Amino acid sequence: MDVKIWTYIVVGLSFALYIGIAIWSKASSTKEFYVAGGSVSPISNGMATAADWMSAASFISMAGMIAFAGYGGSVFLMGWTGGYVLLALMLAPYMRKYGKFTVPEFIGERFYSKTARIVAVICLIIVSVTYVIGQMKGVGVAFSRFLETDYNTGLYIGMGIVFFYAVLGGMKGITFTQIAQYVVLIFAYTVPAIFISLNLTGNPIPQLGLGGSVADGTPLLEKLDKVIQDLGFNQYTTAVNGNKLNMFVYTMTLMIGTAGLPHVIIRFFTVPKVSDARLSAGWALVFIAILYTTAPAVAAMARLNLTETIQPGRVGEATGSLEYEKRPEWFKNWEKTGLLKFEDKNRDGRIQYYNDQDKTFATKAAEYGWAGNEMTTVDNDIIVLANPEIANLPGWVIALVVAGGLAAALSTAAGLLLAISSAISHDLLKGILRPDISEKKELNASRLAMVAAIAVAGYFGLNPPDFAAGTVAIAFGLAASSIFPVLMLGIFSKKMNRQGAVAGMIAGMSVTLLYVFQHKGILFISSTSFLGSMEPNWFLGITPNAFGAIGALVNFAVAFAASKTAADAPQEVQDLVESIRVPSKD
Amino acid sequence: MENQNTLPSRRQAYWRANIRILITLLSIWFIVSFGCSILLVEQLNQIEIGGFKLGFWMAQQGSIYVFVALIFAYVRLMNKLDREFKFEDSE
Repeated sequence: MDVKIWTYIVVGLSFALYIGIAIWSKASSTKEFYVAGGSVSPISNGMATAADWMSAASFISMAGMIAFAGYGGSVFLMGWTGGYVLLALMLAPYMRKYGKFTVPEFIGERFYSKTARIVAVICLIIVSVTYVIGQMKGVGVAFSRFLETDYNTGLYIGMGIVFFYAVLGGMKGITFTQIAQYVVLIFAYTVPAIFISLNLTGNPIPQLGLGGSVADGTPLLEKLDKVIQDLGFNQYTTAVNGNKLNMFVYTMTLMIGTAGLPHVIIRFFTVPKVSDARLSAGWALVFIAILYTTAPAVAAMARLNLTETIQPGRVGEATGSLEYEKRPEWFKNWEKTGLLKFEDKNRDGRIQYYNDQDKTFATKAAEYGWAGNEMTTVDNDIIVLANPEIANLPGWVIALVVAGGLAAALSTAAGLLLAISSAISHDLLKGILRPDISEKKELNASRLAMVAAIAVAGYFGLNPPDFAAGTVAIAFGLAASSIFPVLMLGIFSKKMNRQGAVAGMIAGMSVTLLYVFQHKGILFISSTSFLGSMEPNWFLGITPNAFGAIGALVNFAVAFAASKTAADAPQEVQDLVESIRVPSKD
Repeated sequence: MENQNTLPSRRQAYWRANIRILITLLSIWFIVSFGCSILLVEQLNQIEIGGFKLGFWMAQQGSIYVFVALIFAYVRLMNKLDREFKFEDSE
């Protein structure tokens, strides 16, 4: 059967499953809509959290980023998992004990301030909207590449599915769908990885295959190091991302950013008990780790396969490079999407793929008669999506990967949309504008807010702003520099007052935004950047994406300084903090 | 029934014990990720185990396994602490 039919079948079945779950799990109260009634078991919540957390970026892009960054790509692996340790130890149990519905609600009550709540809502909305745009784009791309519909149709179908289960079921519907989506996505990720590991190293477990040996007996990683160094690239196992300090700060930013993402935090409101919240964070990381320990294997193996396909013979010999006319089928498919581009610079009809930025190798390349790297575009995202094709796997595996990518994007989008809509209906409407609204009306309002959030996300998906790629930096930077520190202060500093919290949040956010904007342009319009995105201008060589941790430090410092100008938090607030620190009711 | 007067001091003692657990576990968290996988990676890369440079393995595999273990260790330690101080939660 051909790939397209397989894809229709697999994607169609997975969508039917999500819709079935939606009908079965309709929410009938605000508690069900916001926190699934607070009755989700720790393992189920762990699985849902894993799907919620692992987005199109984790599923589609991450292995590709690692494939081309080598060791430097470790910042994503450690950053996006290490955050769960912080979440489990410093946030989840206390948020669960507090036991209400949203993150801004906690911030507003803990800092006895509507201003704090509004600032938190603004941070939450900026973070979640920028994040959701990427998911919508992922859905559109997956559809247009594999089902050969146009991008917009794909997006409408995706929006329709999310609309159905998120509006109807709220957190309850989202939770059960996310469990199903986790199963789909993890299966889709690991099956091709197992096949490829088996082909390349004879070991079916990718995590072990990464340390295994290839057919000629050399260890895989040693072989990869040699193959790419022969083409002037940095050694895979030691290539650093920027400099050491940058890697340090970047990892920290991703960790505390992860712990500060509201759509992840609210998942811990859904379990019955404090001890369940701790356990649930552990299960979430187990389910995440299955993908995250597989990704580096996928990355290294794909890089080796890709390089050896294009450079099958000895480097420098005329016949060593692949003839363009003999390029494999997957190469042609991806050329059509523009994610893979070839330009025959020296007009020899063969593909030379090497690092032309490397000075010493460039002289050698000139001797070979090479006129520059001819693979002018190799997009990160094709690594996972093209992997089954590169390894010649059967059609149903390719179809599975498409369904997995869609599951990853849709599950994250739904979680984000819920965080946005609950911030609007629960924090802004019920909390500030109309405190006397009835539960039934609030439930309707939350559904309306969900519809609005889907429409906004869809609009940005249809008209992706140029800055879509850069916004992930903002999402993590803001979560790290505003939401995470204020929650820490709220739990661990009993006397912290509202003056400190509000000043800290605003300072952390401003410093981070300013740093990103001064290098990438105000609102990402590059002509307005007054420092330019160049290495010499970076503060201690820290890239804008990595700056959130510095913003968090500023947040803490300003919060403590500002808190000294006013009285400590009132006694009843300190009592609240005392009570959330212990699991039991007394 | 616990005497109400002792509740604040029980809570304080519980919180201090909790912070000690946090500091211990977060130190391990810091050492494996920022220490072994970033700052000391070159030194560890001198050691090779089964096709892996140790520093590289820590950064792309080992640290993640340790993170998982840390959370489950935390769950056990805290459940024990909850029982000791009679602060177990109920639904």
